[in-house]
Amino acid sequence: MVSHMTALSPTEWFAMMQLYAEYDAVVDAAHWERWVQLFTDDCIYRVQPRENFDRGLPLATLSLEGKGMLLDRVFGIRETLFHDPYYQRHVTGPPLVTKVTAEAIELSVNYSVFRTKLSQPTTVFNVGRTIDVVVNTANGLRFSRREFIYDSELIPNSMIYPI
Amino acid sequence: MEQSTNSGNRALPSWPGDDSHLIPFDVYTNDQVHSLELERFFYNKHWCYVGLEAEVPNPGDFKRTSIGERSVIMVKDKSGQICVVENICAHRGMRFCRERSGNTTSFTCPYHQWNYSLQGDLRGVPMRKGVTSADGVVQGGMPPEFDVADHGLNRLTVACRGGVVFASFDSSVEPLDQFLGPEIVPWFDRLFNGRTLHLLGYNRQRIPGNWKLMQENIKDPYHPGLLHTWFVTFGLWRADNKSMLRMDRHGRHAAMISTRGNAGVGGDVAKVQSFKRGMELHDERIIDIVPEAWWGEPSVVMTTVFPSVIFQQQVNSVSTRQIIPCGSGNFDFVWTHFGFDDDSEEMTERRLRQANLFGPAGYVSADDGEVIEFSQQSFDSKPAGTSLALLGGTDVGDTEHMVTETLIRGMYRYWRTVMDAAP
Repeated sequence: MVSHMTALSPTEWFAMMQLYAEYDAVVDAAHWERWVQLFTDDCIYRVQPRENFDRGLPLATLSLEGKGMLLDRVFGIRETLFHDPYYQRHVTGPPLVTKVTAEAIELSVNYSVFRTKLSQPTTVFNVGRTIDVVVNTANGLRFSRREFIYDSELIPNSMIYPI
Repeated sequence: MEQSTNSGNRALPSWPGDDSHLIPFDVYTNDQVHSLELERFFYNKHWCYVGLEAEVPNPGDFKRTSIGERSVIMVKDKSGQICVVENICAHRGMRFCRERSGNTTSFTCPYHQWNYSLQGDLRGVPMRKGVTSADGVVQGGMPPEFDVADHGLNRLTVACRGGVVFASFDSSVEPLDQFLGPEIVPWFDRLFNGRTLHLLGYNRQRIPGNWKLMQENIKDPYHPGLLHTWFVTFGLWRADNKSMLRMDRHGRHAAMISTRGNAGVGGDVAKVQSFKRGMELHDERIIDIVPEAWWGEPSVVMTTVFPSVIFQQQVNSVSTRQIIPCGSGNFDFVWTHFGFDDDSEEMTERRLRQANLFGPAGYVSADDGEVIEFSQQSFDSKPAGTSLALLGGTDVGDTEHMVTETLIRGMYRYWRTVMDAAP
């Protein structure tokens, strides 16, 4: 682990932590245009049950390939999906860096997402870990891959917003 | 207790009149009704879905699931036959199987290590013949008349058709093809025509509503073109598409059959754009529809098999959707997506991309769960209310269009017959 850590300069580490913090901030604030901007053009965004991941089954709850599909999800939740309004709040643990190359950083975080529906108590919505790849671009660090592998056995009815 | 117009069961809600187009809210909330439904629909005289043969391809493979609110295990035995046993140890009643799936040579209840074959026969009972003490005296043990043959796991009746496994606690249940009926069998066989199925994975959601609402949702061709903007916008499901509704003679099972307009022919995505009314997809791969030979004409066939399952063909996305009740106010909805063994890599990718339309986050399914939840909220707060299923009149029958709620009326006509029967 130490060798990986030393492969990132304090400046790089700070930039990466900012990327994670901004990610949580924009999805919790429903700033969907900015959410899309945090990915590369050819990104992978997936939300997959741990059951499928562990068994090597490819089905995901959400599986988006490329910025176009992310933009379509934004359109979908705004214009086509009827749903109860709710807030979501992410709490993300520190990244576990697993690989650093000249092109990319591979890492993983534990996450939890709380959901608050209007006039109702806050509940745990979805918890798990991510499999992430972060790359340096002209616009700064961006996710080229974000996979949310969730432990939560049952989605409490529906998942509308990206987590 | 409300005054009931039903003769057989006092717990039943009061239906206004003899028809089934006015549905008392009480049918969704009454716990006595729920218990009776479990007995009469899930545990007797009906086949319930337990899974796909593709989930247990090898001898010893098992999968734990539920029929109604009872836990069962589907397992392939050493001879390759599929058995379904109830997940209750014959000794102290423990729900012994905790893994969701796996491979085993036998089942052992951890409590007292009673051991069962994959068919559910009791094979091992520790200390059955007692324990011999140091001075040679046999202490304890089961009485001499104890016979392992009397204490196996509860074994269900099983029927496999086209790779789909059904089971019933009721050994006198009618044969599966009769249960489905000649009206539904062709639609079932169209999807499950003997090809080996290829498992793609699961989605699981808990919907805070009564289980019947999901059957009704897929017996309701009125809403898809209205609630599901995505369907309308992209022409996948429109009221003016060529359609027909079919049900079995009881009105309990149904198929909603629809053929996409010109846009569906030849997977011509370009033509889909004409339906968008100014809405553009940035990435059209999600509706990259390629017709398959087995479809015949229809591009969508949604089959509801009462009470436990829905079979989905929505263009290239195929799945089973299992309904597992959890009290009167909740049910678990388990999606099993699959493909076929002869699918190309491209077709598998296509099925997986189109899966974004379905499931708990799906563009055309997430909101079904939402509307079910909000209906249940009203049922809970106002049990004396009624809902209306009057589109197309009050009768029950097949149609050559989708502008009707006849399938819901058919389901409740059947429901009333079964629930009202003398115990």
